[in-house]
Amino acid sequence: MAAAPGAAEREAVDAFLASLAEPAGEMPPPRHLLLPALHALVDAIGWVSEGGLNHVCERFGIPPAEAYGVASFYALLPTEPRAPVVIHACDDIVCRMAGAHRVAAVLEEVLGPAGGTDAVTWLPSPCVGACDRAPAAFVQRSNAENATVDSLAPGLPVERLLADLAGREGTDLALPLRSGSVRIPQVEDGAQGLRLLRRIGRVDPASLDDYQAAGGYDALRRAIDLGPAGVIREVTDSRLMGRGGAAFPAGRKWSAVASAPARPHFLICNADESEPGTFKDRALMEEDPFALIEAMTIAGFATGCEKSYLYVRGEYPVATARLDHAIRECRHQGLLGANVMGAGFDFDIEIRRGGGAYICGEETALFNSIEGFRGEPRNKPPFPTDRGLFGKPTVVNNVETLVNVLDIVLEGGPAFATLGTEGSTGTKLFCVSGSVTRPGLYEVTFGTTLRQLLDLAGGVTSGRRMKAVLLGGAAGTFVTPERLDLPLTFEATREAGAALGSGVVVVFDDTVDLADILLRIAAFFRHESCGQCVPCRVGTVRQEEALERLVAGGNEAALLEEIARGMGDASICGLGHTAGLAVRSALGLGLIGNGGPR
Amino acid sequence: MSAALEANGRTVALTIDGRDVAVPEGATLLMACRAAEIATPTLCFLETLAPVNTCRVCVVEVEGSRALVPACSRPAEPGMVVSTDSERVRHSRKMVLEFLASSVDMSLAGTEIHGWMETYGANPGRYGPVAESVAQPPKVQDDLYVRDYSKCILCYKCVQACGVEAQNTFAIAVAGRGFDARISTEFDVTLPDSACVYCGNCIGVCPTGALIFKTEFDMRRQGTWDESRQSVTRTVCAYCGVGCNLDLHVQDNRIVKVTSPLDHDVTSGHLCIKGRFGWQHVQAGLDDPAGPAPAPDTAPGSSSGSPPDRRPAS
Ligand SMILES: Cc1cc2nc3c(=O)[nH]c(=O)nc-3n(C[C@H](O)[C@H](O)[C@H](O)COP(=O)(O)O)c2cc1C
Ligand code: SF4
Repeated sequence: MAAAPGAAEREAVDAFLASLAEPAGEMPPPRHLLLPALHALVDAIGWVSEGGLNHVCERFGIPPAEAYGVASFYALLPTEPRAPVVIHACDDIVCRMAGAHRVAAVLEEVLGPAGGTDAVTWLPSPCVGACDRAPAAFVQRSNAENATVDSLAPGLPVERLLADLAGREGTDLALPLRSGSVRIPQVEDGAQGLRLLRRIGRVDPASLDDYQAAGGYDALRRAIDLGPAGVIREVTDSRLMGRGGAAFPAGRKWSAVASAPARPHFLICNADESEPGTFKDRALMEEDPFALIEAMTIAGFATGCEKSYLYVRGEYPVATARLDHAIRECRHQGLLGANVMGAGFDFDIEIRRGGGAYICGEETALFNSIEGFRGEPRNKPPFPTDRGLFGKPTVVNNVETLVNVLDIVLEGGPAFATLGTEGSTGTKLFCVSGSVTRPGLYEVTFGTTLRQLLDLAGGVTSGRRMKAVLLGGAAGTFVTPERLDLPLTFEATREAGAALGSGVVVVFDDTVDLADILLRIAAFFRHESCGQCVPCRVGTVRQEEALERLVAGGNEAALLEEIARGMGDASICGLGHTAGLAVRSALGLGLIGNGGPR
Repeated sequence: MSAALEANGRTVALTIDGRDVAVPEGATLLMACRAAEIATPTLCFLETLAPVNTCRVCVVEVEGSRALVPACSRPAEPGMVVSTDSERVRHSRKMVLEFLASSVDMSLAGTEIHGWMETYGANPGRYGPVAESVAQPPKVQDDLYVRDYSKCILCYKCVQACGVEAQNTFAIAVAGRGFDARISTEFDVTLPDSACVYCGNCIGVCPTGALIFKTEFDMRRQGTWDESRQSVTRTVCAYCGVGCNLDLHVQDNRIVKVTSPLDHDVTSGHLCIKGRFGWQHVQAGLDDPAGPAPAPDTAPGSSSGSPPDRRPAS
C-alpha cells in the first residue's frame, strides 16, 4: 500500500510550499507548482521516493499515477534511489570527440559503475551546454553540502573528490564541474563592435548599478515613451527573426498576442537550451542577466503580459542563480512588480527549472511542463499566440531573440534592419566547437560566411584537415569543406538545404569517426523523444538500429531514407520532423555508408 | 463528447481527393472523409473519447501545410484541399503500421488493422528479427483483468477512460519517455494496490487486446476462446436504476465477457464493476468447462461498488 512519507520528505515539500509568495495554506496548491515541488524533493533527498511522491500528491490533490507519470518524464527527477551527488558526464557530439570515453573510464574507476547509490555517482549525459570546454560535465547535488564519500576514504568530503576529479593531471580530464564560464574569444581579445556580447566581461553580472551605469534600462525607458504599439512597430520594422531555431518573425508573434482579445496574456522566455552543441543562451544569462530581464520587461509591456516565465534548463544552475539574484534586485528597485518604473504597468518574472528533457524546449511541450504535466508537445493549431500557456495567448521567445530587442528599441527597427541581409537582420551568436583552434561563442553579422567564422575561431585544429561541419546541432545538417563560402543567413542556408538552427557550428577533422557521431545523434533522438507519437517513438529506435547495421557494412541507406521521411511527415512536433535530418544529410553527402565497413 | 457536433446548420465546403465535400461546421477531416466514404485507418481514435492523435495512422496531406496532419483531430476548414491517397500519405501510413507491428504484438488487434497493413504494403519483418519491441510478460495481478503490455500501442485510450473522460479514477497514466513510455500505476504498484475500482472501462476501449478480461485471457490460453461460437445478447443492467445497456457475450451457454454498446447514450460504452463483472451468480451452479472466474464480492443491490477480490494472483 501507499508508502508513508518520512520526515525529510515531508519537510522538503512543506518547506517549499510555505516559501511561496502566496503560501498554499490549507488549500491545495495549483497544479503548475508540481514540477517545482518535485524539484524541491529531489534537491532535499536526491530522488522522487514513493513516500515523497505520496506526500506531494496529498498536498496537491493529484493522483499518484499522474504525478509518477510526470516525474518519470524528467531525467533529473529520478524515481529510483540515486546518489545525492551525480556527475552527469557529457558523452554527446563534441565531448566524445574530446575524449568523453576517457572521462567515463576514470569516473568508473573512481566511482564504480554509472548510476550508483553511494554518496557520489556518475551518469553519461546528453550535451550539457559547455562544448567550448569539452569534455564537460554538470554536477547535480541534492542537499549534500557536507557529505562524505566514505566508501573511497573515510571522511573524504564530496567537494574534495570533485575538485580532485576536475584537476586530475595527465588524464586529459578538464571537467568543468563548477560550470566554467563560456569562452568568448572576441571578448578576450577586446574586439570592437560587439552588440549582444558588448557588456560581457565589462559589466558585473551581479550588479544592477553596474548594469545601469552601462546604459541598462535606457531601452525600457525608451519603450515606455514609444508605448506598446510603438515598440511592436520597431520590432516589426527590424525584421527580427527568432533565434531559437524556427526563425519566425518576432514582430508578427508580438502583434498577434498584443491584439488577442483573451486575457491574461503570458510571456515565456525559452531558456531550455538543449540542442547539442548550443551554449549561447547560457553565456547571456550567466554574464548579462539584467539585459534579459530588461528585454523581457519590454516584451511584456508591448504585448500586454503581466506575468512571465523564464524556463531555464535544469542543467544550468549558475545561470539560474544569477537570474534569480538579478530578478530580486530588479524587484527591489521597482523595475519588476507592480507599476514598473512608475509607468503604470505591472510585470513580473518567475523562474522555472527544467527537469532534463530536450523536448521541453519545444514551445507547446514547454507549456505542458510549466503547467505541471508531462512535457508532451501539443498539436498545432491552435498556435501559442492564440491558445498557449493555460490556454491563453502566449509569446514564446528565445533568450537571444529577446536580448536583441534592447538595441532595436534604442536605435529603431529600421536602423537595426540595415545590419545583415534582407532576410536575416542583425547579428547572430554562433557556438563554435569541435576541431577548431579557439572554440567558443562568436558574434558576427548575418551574411558572414562559414569560412570567415571559422577563421575567427582560428581555423581547424593545427595539423588536421577539415572533413565536415555540422550546422544546427543534432537536428541540423552537415556541410562539406567545399561549401565554406556559404553565407550564414536563414535564406542562404535554407537554399542550401541546411538551417542555422540555434547557431551550432561543430567542426569535424579527418580523424573523427563520423559514424560514431551519427550513432550518438540517433541515440540522442531516441532518448529525447517524448514517446507520444508512433513515427518518432518507434522511428527513432528503428533509425538507430538501421544505422548500426549500416555502420557495420549493411545496405540500409534506402530504409534510413524511408524512416526519415516517415518521421518527417507524420510526427507531431519538430523533434520527430528533424530526427532524421543529420543522418539523411550525411548519407546524401557520402560522409557515411559508402558501402562496406569503414 | 468531442465528436458530437453542435448542429448550427452551417456547413464547410472542402475538397478531398478531388471531390467536393460539405460537412457541418466543426466536423473533423476524419468525419469529412467518412462522409465521403473514403476509408481512413485509425488506431488511437474512438468516437466516444477526445482525439489524442498520437498514432498518426490517419494522417492526410493538406495543401499549404508542411507536415501531414491528423484527420481525427483537425477541423475541416472552408476551401481546404486534402489528399488522402498521395504518395506521402501512403508512405506515412505504411511506416506507422510497420513501426507498430514490428514493436508490438498485434495478434489480437482488430482484423481491419491487418487489412490496412495489406493495403499500405506494410512489411514489419524488414526491421529484422532483433528489432526492439515492447515484449514483456503479462501482468496478472487479480481475478478480473490481465494487462499484457506487449500488446500496447500507447493509444492513451485507457488513460482517458480511467481519467477525466469516464471514470475519474486516475489509477493509470503514461510514465517514462520515448520508447520507454508505458502505461503504469505509480511506481508500477499492482492494480489491487492502486486506485483502480475495476470498472473495466479501460478494457472496453483497448483496441489491441492489451487489456483483457481474465476470463478471455484464460480461455485463450487454454485454446477454448472461440468467437464463432459466441452470441451477444443485449440486456439492461439490473443492479441500479441508471439503465445501462449490457451486451452479454455468451459461449457454450456461459457468459464470457460483458461490454456495453459505444453508441448507447447512457454509457457510451462505459460501465461500473457491477455491470461489468457482477454476472457470475447468473451461472452459479452451472458446470463450467472454462473454469469460472470468482465473483467479485459485490452483492446485487449494494449501492457502492466495493472492491473485487484483490488477492494478488501468484
Ligand atoms: C525539439 C525542439 C526543441 C527546442 N528547443 C528550444 C530551446 O531549447 N530553446 C529555444 O529557444 N527554442 C527551442 N525550440 C524552438 C521553440 O519551439 C520555439 O520555436 C522558440 O522558442 C521560439 O522563440 P524564437 O521565435 O524567439 O526563436 C525547440 C523546438 C523543438 C522542436
Ligand atoms: S515527434 Fe517525438 S517528441 Fe514530438 S510529439 Fe511525437 S513522439 Fe513526442
